[in-house]
Amino acid sequence: MAVPRFWRRLKNLYNLLGTHCKNCGSYYYPPRNICPACRRGGKVEPYKFKGAGEVLTYTIIHGGPKDNARPTPYVLAIIKLDEGPRLTSQIVANPEDVKIGMRVKSVFRKLGEESKHGIIYYGTKFIPA
Amino acid sequence: MSVGIVSYGAYIPRYRIKLEEIAKVWGDDPASITGGLMVLEKSVPDIDEDTATIAVEAARYAVSRAGIDASRIGAIYTGSESHPYAVKPTSTIVAEAIDATPALTAADFEFACKAGTAGIQTCMGLVASNIIDLGMAIGSDVAQGAPGDALEYTAAAGGVAYVIGSRDLAAEIEATYSYTTDTPDFWRREGMPYPEHGGRFTGEPGYFKHVVSAARGLMDKLGTKPQDYNYAVFHQPNGKFPRRAAQMLGFSTEQIKPGIVVTLLGNTYSGSCMMGLAATLDIAKPGDRIFVTAFGSGAGSDAFSIRVTDGMEKIRGGAPSVESLLQNPVYVNYAIYAKHKGKIRL
Repeated sequence: MAVPRFWRRLKNLYNLLGTHCKNCGSYYYPPRNICPACRRGGKVEPYKFKGAGEVLTYTIIHGGPKDNARPTPYVLAIIKLDEGPRLTSQIVANPEDVKIGMRVKSVFRKLGEESKHGIIYYGTKFIPA
Repeated sequence: MSVGIVSYGAYIPRYRIKLEEIAKVWGDDPASITGGLMVLEKSVPDIDEDTATIAVEAARYAVSRAGIDASRIGAIYTGSESHPYAVKPTSTIVAEAIDATPALTAADFEFACKAGTAGIQTCMGLVASNIIDLGMAIGSDVAQGAPGDALEYTAAAGGVAYVIGSRDLAAEIEATYSYTTDTPDFWRREGMPYPEHGGRFTGEPGYFKHVVSAARGLMDKLGTKPQDYNYAVFHQPNGKFPRRAAQMLGFSTEQIKPGIVVTLLGNTYSGSCMMGLAATLDIAKPGDRIFVTAFGSGAGSDAFSIRVTDGMEKIRGGAPSVESLLQNPVYVNYAIYAKHKGKIRL
């Protein structure tokens, strides 16, 4: 990930910062500038997700890219946040301990790094709640 | 104006390694190691945890414990000897992650194991002079110890964040006093992965001289004596040093007991003394007085006299206690520990 690309997403990665449409009550992560349901009638505001949710489904990665912050095997899951949006994230846990439907909460971790000399990508992962 | 602790938060990674496991690898006698150091196990960071992630978790607990509006925080100082970047502040990462940006000042501190308490003193000054409303001082480390070195038995991971202010205090900092000299007892040269130390030299001219002098200096300044305090906390590179310092100063075993966290945690370097204080605040009652003396090699000591206020009861349950953070550890063997600590170069 190039430095500007990471920097642009930094606030959303650190704090699960998304959006909420005050008109229809929908929540979006990543954030949307326009509510796709309400279109012109939408009233979109920034929203910081609480970071609690459940595992909808997951996979165990055995052959991932070489990455010191994410050694294989690791768990990649689709998580449904309590406010509604679904997102893909790593679950920091033993693969055997991860179950569909289990409660998870967000934590602040290293997501990776550009290289040994490059920047470190920080952001949100999930752990069993 | 009274200045003190408005809130605090601690974070300890869930992994542990027993000292006997390390002793087995290096051919040392486990009983003599654990008996000599008075430490049984130490915390190990997860593979994706570092000083910044630990500082953020501690800072978030400090903010949530007292329900603080993070935009009130006008300064963040993170003390560590294992900042992930040589140039690029850990404190800006923390500030962004707790939503305290952009109207604040931030910097990273380094003074071996007392960089976090130096941050507390800086925040006290800024708050007392009305330059900022709240300041946050953090001590966080993924402590380094070279494979096979004596330090490897205790170098641990953890962090503590304190929010310093003048209103809604959970504990008032009555006074602080520091004692600093140029003493080369422990160091890490630029670009080197592990610190070096002067062996036994670190004891008398380093730790004990500075801790005892700072502690006596503060008590002289205030006209207090050890019996005036309910609790005392000292920097704890091992279990022996704080006990001996307490004895030299006239503090009892009971007074230092709640703050001795090194036995099951190890030495969290910049987080060490601050973690002992957090564990003591977890159980302290309004009116209790706590005497705190941090030590950083190189060398210096910061002493604090703290009085717990009624506000402590309001924030006590707002974040995990140190005792709860120490519970349910996941034990790893030396190979996994070496992988987590980056001792295996890929």
